[in-house]
Amino acid sequence: MPRIKVTLDGNEAAAYVAHKTNEVIAIYPITPSSNMGEWSDQWSAEGKPNIWGSIPSVIEMQSEGGAAGAVHGALQAGCLTTTFTSSQGLLLMIPNMYKISGELTSTVFHVAARSIASQGLSIFGDHQDVMSVRATGWAMLASNSVQEVMDLALIAQAATLEARLPFIHFFDGFRTSHEVGKVEQLTVDDMKAMLPSDLIRAHRARALSPDAPVIRGTAQNPDVYFQGRETVNPYYLKVPGIVQNAMDRFAGITGRQYKLYEYEGAPDAERVIILMGSGAEAAHETVEHLTATGEKVGILKVRLFRPFAMDLFLAALPKTVKHIAVLDRTKEPGSAGEPLYQDVITALAESFSEGTFPFAAMPRVIGGRYGLSSKEFTPAMVKSVYDELLKAKPKNHFTLGINEDVTHSSLEYDNAFSTETNKTVRCLFYGLGADGTVGANKNSVKIIGEETDNFAQGYFVYDSKKSGSITVSHLRFGPSQIRSTYLISRANFIACHQFSFLERLDMLKWADPGATFLLNSPLGKDDIWAALPKQVQEQIIGKGLKFYVIDAYEVAKATGMGSRINTVMQTCFFAISGVLPREEAIKQIKYSIEKTYGKRGESVVAKNFAAVDQTLANLQEVVIPATVTSTQAMRPNVPAQAPDFVKNVLGAMIAGDGDSLPVSAMPDDGTYPSGTAMWEKRNIALEIPVWDEELCIQCGKCVLVCPHATIRAKIYDKSALDGMPSTFKSVPARWKDYKEMGYTLQVAPEDCTGCSLCIEACPVKDKTQPKRRAINMVEQPPLRESEAANWDFFLKLPEFDRTKLSVNQVKDLQIFEPLFEFSGACSGCGETPYIKLLTQLFGDRTMIANATGCSSIYGANLPTTPYTKNLEGRGPSWSNSLFEDNAEFGMGMRLAVDQQNVYAKELLTRFAVKVGEDLATSILEADQSNEAGIFAQRERIQWLKTKVNGLLTAGANGSGNALRDLLAVADALVKKSVWIVGGDGWAYDIGYGGLDHVIASGRNVNILVLDTEVYSNTGGQCSKSTPRGAVAKFAAGGKPSAKKDLAMMAVAYGNCYVARIAMGASDMQTIKAFNEAEKWDGPSIIIAYSHCIAHGYDMKYGLEQQKLAVQSGHWPMFRYNPALATEGKNPFVLDCKAPSIPLEKYIYNETRYTMLVHSKPEDARRLLAQAQADVMNRWRLYEQMAAMPGAPVETQATEGSK
Amino acid sequence: MSIDLTTGYLGLKLRTPLAASSSPFCKDLSNILRLEDAGASAIVLHSLFEEQIQVESGELDRFLTESSDSSGEAMSYFPEMVSYNLGPEPYLNHLRKAKESVDVPVIGSLNGVSTGGWIRYAQMMEQAGADAIELNIYYMPTDLAMTSQQVEEMYFDLVSHVKASVRIPVAVKLGPFFTSFAHLATRLDAAGADAIVLFNRFYQPDFDLEALEVVPNLVLSDSHELRLRLHWTALLYNRIRPDIAITGGVHTAEDVVKGVMAGARSTMMTSALLRHGIKYLEKVEENLIEWMEEHEYESIRQMRGSMSVQSVAEPAAFERANYMKVLSSYSLKA
Repeated sequence: MPRIKVTLDGNEAAAYVAHKTNEVIAIYPITPSSNMGEWSDQWSAEGKPNIWGSIPSVIEMQSEGGAAGAVHGALQAGCLTTTFTSSQGLLLMIPNMYKISGELTSTVFHVAARSIASQGLSIFGDHQDVMSVRATGWAMLASNSVQEVMDLALIAQAATLEARLPFIHFFDGFRTSHEVGKVEQLTVDDMKAMLPSDLIRAHRARALSPDAPVIRGTAQNPDVYFQGRETVNPYYLKVPGIVQNAMDRFAGITGRQYKLYEYEGAPDAERVIILMGSGAEAAHETVEHLTATGEKVGILKVRLFRPFAMDLFLAALPKTVKHIAVLDRTKEPGSAGEPLYQDVITALAESFSEGTFPFAAMPRVIGGRYGLSSKEFTPAMVKSVYDELLKAKPKNHFTLGINEDVTHSSLEYDNAFSTETNKTVRCLFYGLGADGTVGANKNSVKIIGEETDNFAQGYFVYDSKKSGSITVSHLRFGPSQIRSTYLISRANFIACHQFSFLERLDMLKWADPGATFLLNSPLGKDDIWAALPKQVQEQIIGKGLKFYVIDAYEVAKATGMGSRINTVMQTCFFAISGVLPREEAIKQIKYSIEKTYGKRGESVVAKNFAAVDQTLANLQEVVIPATVTSTQAMRPNVPAQAPDFVKNVLGAMIAGDGDSLPVSAMPDDGTYPSGTAMWEKRNIALEIPVWDEELCIQCGKCVLVCPHATIRAKIYDKSALDGMPSTFKSVPARWKDYKEMGYTLQVAPEDCTGCSLCIEACPVKDKTQPKRRAINMVEQPPLRESEAANWDFFLKLPEFDRTKLSVNQVKDLQIFEPLFEFSGACSGCGETPYIKLLTQLFGDRTMIANATGCSSIYGANLPTTPYTKNLEGRGPSWSNSLFEDNAEFGMGMRLAVDQQNVYAKELLTRFAVKVGEDLATSILEADQSNEAGIFAQRERIQWLKTKVNGLLTAGANGSGNALRDLLAVADALVKKSVWIVGGDGWAYDIGYGGLDHVIASGRNVNILVLDTEVYSNTGGQCSKSTPRGAVAKFAAGGKPSAKKDLAMMAVAYGNCYVARIAMGASDMQTIKAFNEAEKWDGPSIIIAYSHCIAHGYDMKYGLEQQKLAVQSGHWPMFRYNPALATEGKNPFVLDCKAPSIPLEKYIYNETRYTMLVHSKPEDARRLLAQAQADVMNRWRLYEQMAAMPGAPVETQATEGSK
Repeated sequence: MSIDLTTGYLGLKLRTPLAASSSPFCKDLSNILRLEDAGASAIVLHSLFEEQIQVESGELDRFLTESSDSSGEAMSYFPEMVSYNLGPEPYLNHLRKAKESVDVPVIGSLNGVSTGGWIRYAQMMEQAGADAIELNIYYMPTDLAMTSQQVEEMYFDLVSHVKASVRIPVAVKLGPFFTSFAHLATRLDAAGADAIVLFNRFYQPDFDLEALEVVPNLVLSDSHELRLRLHWTALLYNRIRPDIAITGGVHTAEDVVKGVMAGARSTMMTSALLRHGIKYLEKVEENLIEWMEEHEYESIRQMRGSMSVQSVAEPAAFERANYMKVLSSYSLKA
């Protein structure tokens, strides 16, 4: 069977081999490895077999711990089994990993290596996770490129069967897992040849079976455990030979020879760098460059890291080596050195002491850290290491690629050094997330990689926002193998797919002289020059760039592509880059369109074809004027009035210049100020809502639903309007008691994402023109300056006294200041309105424990974060521990607050006489059941602190420490509200055990489940909340089982306040639920319907879909309030009517359901019928519960009422 | 006396004039089987809407693509399916299954938006085994610049293109809103139509006065709607070559009789069946036989066109004077 050349990324390469060579695959999503599970699930759903002809069984588990357990079980029962993971996921597998290796079990885990959350979480690549499992007894094999991923995946599979030891096969997260490259695909025959059937039979023969019963997993005592642990030694000794043997056999089959420790460079090298992973390719490229100039340098690529074969390792080094630098892509604080460095030192020292030393003298060895969290690792950095090795006293334990100015460990490097050659075409594309740029570029890589002899590489960089994110695609093409595992900094083609980027991104700094610049512009070749910022003009002239423009949006619109410009820009790229002859390129683009979109329908293909055809007629070359004419500067990234930290630190990150920040600029414990999102003006909305003050009834619904808190309302004394901007709008307030006051509804024009939810929520229609609402979408650019000034003025208007307003009315709540604003959540997000409401109601006293997921990413992904504080400096404290432990994390906060409260009370009681009996009593007996009570208590505490400070000043007579303690914990006497926030992946799946325990504890915590019915953050994988019949990743055939009724599980405890809410269906019920949950002195859980981009419809209809979800009975709203039970009432209150529309009227508005109708209509019909039955059955149960009379008060056990 | 209910329509021999008109009813194969069991002499399938295919494709493509590559963690939000069955295939499969399952003629119904679409899908229906095709021309000319002549030309072009592309008979179902319907009918005749089906019922949007929204609305027909069909059938019968079928307002055996007497070769029902159930068709046939027995008619052929403008004693009753007379008769009663 001939091998074909394919372009794919590292994840697909690994999954391809894993799926072909396993029988059971247990998976769980985690970035950046999720795609491996997704591919496996998809291939099995499509009926693709493994090399033995059967379809692997793919099962999603509730966590990585669960996946490891399932893998362990399947292995013990004799199946070839695998899993994929990264980062924290791998850490959750550790307990099972010890078991699997201790039992000498063959398996390969494929790991897209990623950072570990410490001072902050990072989804990006380094070796911290795999280094954390190096003690588990697993063999560890590193792949450095996409081709190697495919090859070593098979080599690992072959070796594990022979060695009887489990293997971690790892490659760098994102850099390799997501790099698209051209590889030679292994065939089924290759795999069969590498996996002898006798070894597979031997694996099966070791399985547990009642037909030949054995006991495995005994508990052992001090007498024998140690000896038992040492039995495995021979197996480890054999591994290097087995792996090298597998590599040699593989070379015999494919012609690609790998070595455990592979040296590249001058045979007589004196300076050698040792490293593993993708960085080795950049180093390899650098070595080729340096040796060509006669330098005696080399690198040693470590492929087998565990077991570390010291003899083979030493033998691979040139005998001439005098200086060694060991580079570790990890950090082990407090250690004698990072892991690879320590191994190298040990190998050299052991060899020296044993008299087997192969070198004339002991080489000088230094170690350093590089590339954490996908930090760039470039040839310039590699060269700086070689340069360092030449120094008389080189730095040891250095850092590379950062400015470490605290303990001064970093090496300097010369960014001008480059190994890029003109043989390789280097292209940069700046696109908007979801505008199709990345997809088109992946497609271009495929076209060039598969249709020409060129090598091709694609790597894609995203910013941290979920709305309006910027993507940068780095593409290389050329006749030679591409080892450049770093970003392009000298491009000969740059495309800007969004005109607005020009005013804030300095992209032409990456252009090589004579490069081509392509701009998507509403202005044609004759008008564009005058609209360019000065800096852009300077660069175009200075670098002699060729400059093309196209109005891609116009072409897209005219050809039925809507706002999708991907095909247009891709055609432009091929037309002017000359990578392929133009006609050939057009043919290939069309072929590719047919392949990609053909199954989505002929009309989709037809409009893409039309876009291709129309593009060339609209592409224009701009004649470059000789002089710079523009005076327009690029916009500052952060306003001048921002605090210094924001300007100097966060501002650099916003500008895309975070790499330049020195270590000293960073907080050393991961603590950041809140309220920084307000400084990042992203201007991503094409249209913004504009208030029609005449029509508006001041109901506040738009304010309530705004996901980004960009519509606000204030009522104020009209005197505050002095000096207002000329376009600022103010009308009399429509409040019975505040008619004399002014009212303004103001939009933040530079923060709005343009989602239109507010327009859909507006209940008012113009009687003459019903299409007009009290707010209407209007183009943003003409309004930007004036509305920004209005917004600034609005913010300065005084906040209204909230104690005069009702916390139960939407109308009043619009006046409550949100303490969560301008997050990076998706435009139209269904989650954030709930969080914003939470902060409006209780934000000044709230502690938030946030599970990892969407809400932690838009909640706290740098550079700027949305949680903020009020004028008094109070606001939510926020933290994220992990994905799996959030309920426990939040309960810990509650325990601490309660404990401090108890201690404060004890101290206050002790000092009651000194601080005043009345004050002490009023504090100790304060009623804090409402805001007035809480605010009064705050004043008392302030008074208490004054008194205590007075006592300390006057001389404490030996009570000083106790009084100082009282000062430290006095704030705990004011009520605190603990909120545990997360998505359904956390609450239903990975965190359910903890959630259940916390509910059972009876402690006063509030749990908010933002239920999108899918793992949204990692790309839409199925959770136990996913409804029956919905398509999700890991449920490609439609979820066969019903959605878990988490609410009823919580109800079963009896002591837990439970509410299932949907703001779009009833904002009043939502508000009621939040207030009741917070009031209940026990555990509370609110499960909030959150529409999501992963549902597949226009998010502006999110509120309408919420209504339909309730009307169809899919989302029956209710509240279960144990407080009612204490009054002898039925605690279960239904907040909606019986299902009034068929389920299909709701679900078939969403792609997650309709794609099953299109792909598997029979299954869709069957699952719809079952789901409809689920709805009716659940409703019958709820109706019965709601109809039950309350129990007599004396029989109630309501812990929360204590 | 044995009564001959047979009729010919589109060159097909039908057991009775009672056929099932095109409706979503026919999306379900079990309904089609039940219709045959209840006596439907032909089944016109629900329409294949070219525009719907385009919209579904477009929507799927939009939402699969719009959510892709927006963040480093989520390259997409949906799994990629092997196929989506978008396009005409599901309809054609349904047509094939219907043909395999029933003995009565199965007529495909097509609503296109482009000339290419009309022709291609008609050919596909022919290949899938349709006994005939009904062109469901559901066109609302809202363009202020479009003349009535242009609208009509579009109809003729369409019919002649489709006729030139398929060998099976082609019926044209259209609405009544033409200035000169009789002339239009002759032009459709010239374009090659094998039958005209009177009339399509357009959605007539209603207003929700509370929400100030336009609400799409289509209420079930009743026998009153038959009048318009009777009128034009009676006027056109035997004056044009194409067969005439009536759909809309056929609810009782008397309605069937009237339709046939006006000149229809087939009278098609949907609303009555939706209202009373499929079994009601049996009842209508029984009543038809009873009526014919009672009135001593031997065959459908015997009564066909007996009340058409060519056969009645007072043809002027179908013309403008009729309106005058009605008015005056009411005034006399008053």
